[in-house]
Amino acid sequence: MTATTVETLDRAPAHAARRPAPAPIPFVRLLKVELVKMFDTRAGFWLMMSMAGAALIATVSVLVFAPESALTYDNFGAAIGVPMTLLLPVMAILSVTSEWSQRSGLTTFTLVPHRGRVIRAKLVVSVALGAVSIGVALAIGALGNLVGSNIAGVPTVWDISGNQIVMLVLANVLNLLIGFMLGVLIRNSPGAIVGFVVYSFVLPGLSVLLGNFQQWWVDLRPWLDFNWAQGELYDGHLTATEWAQLGTSGAIWLVVPLIVGLVMVMRSEVK
Amino acid sequence: MIEVTALTRTYGGLRAVDDVTFSAEPGRVTGFLGPNGAGKSTTMRVMVGLTPATSGTATVLGRKYADLPNPGREVGVLLDASAQHGGRTGRETLKVAALTMGLPMSRVDELLDTVSLSPKEAERRVKNYSLGMRQRLGIATALIGDPEVLILDEPANGLDPAGIRWMRDLLRGFANRGGTVLLSSHLLHEIEVIADDLVVIGQGRIVARGTKAALLATAGTLVRSSAISELTRALAENGIHAVASGPNGLRAEADADQIGKVALAAGVPLTELRAADGAGLEEMFLELTADTSREGAAA
Repeated sequence: MTATTVETLDRAPAHAARRPAPAPIPFVRLLKVELVKMFDTRAGFWLMMSMAGAALIATVSVLVFAPESALTYDNFGAAIGVPMTLLLPVMAILSVTSEWSQRSGLTTFTLVPHRGRVIRAKLVVSVALGAVSIGVALAIGALGNLVGSNIAGVPTVWDISGNQIVMLVLANVLNLLIGFMLGVLIRNSPGAIVGFVVYSFVLPGLSVLLGNFQQWWVDLRPWLDFNWAQGELYDGHLTATEWAQLGTSGAIWLVVPLIVGLVMVMRSEVK
Repeated sequence: MIEVTALTRTYGGLRAVDDVTFSAEPGRVTGFLGPNGAGKSTTMRVMVGLTPATSGTATVLGRKYADLPNPGREVGVLLDASAQHGGRTGRETLKVAALTMGLPMSRVDELLDTVSLSPKEAERRVKNYSLGMRQRLGIATALIGDPEVLILDEPANGLDPAGIRWMRDLLRGFANRGGTVLLSSHLLHEIEVIADDLVVIGQGRIVARGTKAALLATAGTLVRSSAISELTRALAENGIHAVASGPNGLRAEADADQIGKVALAAGVPLTELRAADGAGLEEMFLELTADTSREGAAA
């Protein structure tokens, strides 16, 4: 585009006259930059590799350990889903927190002095990468299902409906968004990852414990426990009430903290 | 062109930057001086929008930094060379910057060459870089968009003597081509060699600003005598302010001619009488910031 001005660097009085202002940075370019940044660090590269690796290991494990009757697409999908529920949010967390923990934000936010645009680009890239990862994982599972049933000599069972796949993708994207939210809110890599573990593995346990003793919590839990509400997604169909419960608990546990985090990102100093 | 007007940034009750006003002109290198914690870095961070100002404004090329459509193409910024992603290679770091600014990838190799990072070094991860190499990479990031203005915080840190010389020539050349350079440093000698204009800051407030020539001219006259106490008295009687400077020496706030006359009238023998340019920036710096420095009036 403006390659001519670039080539005049180091030549005589290019600086003397005030040059015309360059074109603004388009959002698509930011998407490309953030995509490159996901892969070009050591942590990013191995995170992506480990996602493919974990899907492969999960598939092989089902092949080796599952009884013949369990060689169904549903089981392959479930096995692959387990590492995904941890790795996708970590990917989303690191895309945000590395700017602070690695302090690369000093350069990022001076080159693009609109933090909202950068964060938005990160969000779009994270969700897109998450969706692609789930697609790849489902393809690996499908391959495992084909190979497994052929080796075992049993009919290939495709017991995941299109609707279930949509719900599965939605559940994983929600999970990834939780990671993203914690990244924006905490802005520190180890802190946000610990936060995610607490959020996803400790809080649900506490919720169950509380439910054992307090009837009022049992009544309110579907509306207030985000993890509980998400559980229905993995079953593949939600009633209108369950959608409402997912929305309510999601607003409390995802949307509000995300907004708080975004406000803090906009106002905070980058050091 | 950088213009900072009545800039203030407070942290709770602390005024880290207190009503700071100055400008950096095109074609000149402006040195930004101050003791540790004086507010240099905070001022620079406010200029590029990383820290919000409490009040006041800072503009670069006539616009607020955030209003620059593609800041990297107009302003090269290096605030902290160690603030780079350790897991990324040097080349990738530059590639990300070039990509953001919309530059051709050929610029990456050009800039690696400009800052003398070898292709092999460029493939190493920044985590394994020395401070000097990070500084070179940071300079490359600042220069890659062919900007008109450079804002550099302590760019000479970690560079070896040859690297410091290289940096000096680079900045001089940049300013000579009409560019604006604002650089902070606590390496007084570096600033003295390269800067055309000086801005001195202490505890968030500007304590002096102007051309280097004008500021150093106020350093006064160095006079030595074997009868130092008589000379001190004679100068005081004539209303000339003088402070001790070295053995049997005074630095007086008057020109050599005037001091010579006072000494002659008082019959005091002189062993040395010259403009106190040798003390230069260091003395001026310590004096100007004495009230505000941690060591108190150690100067």
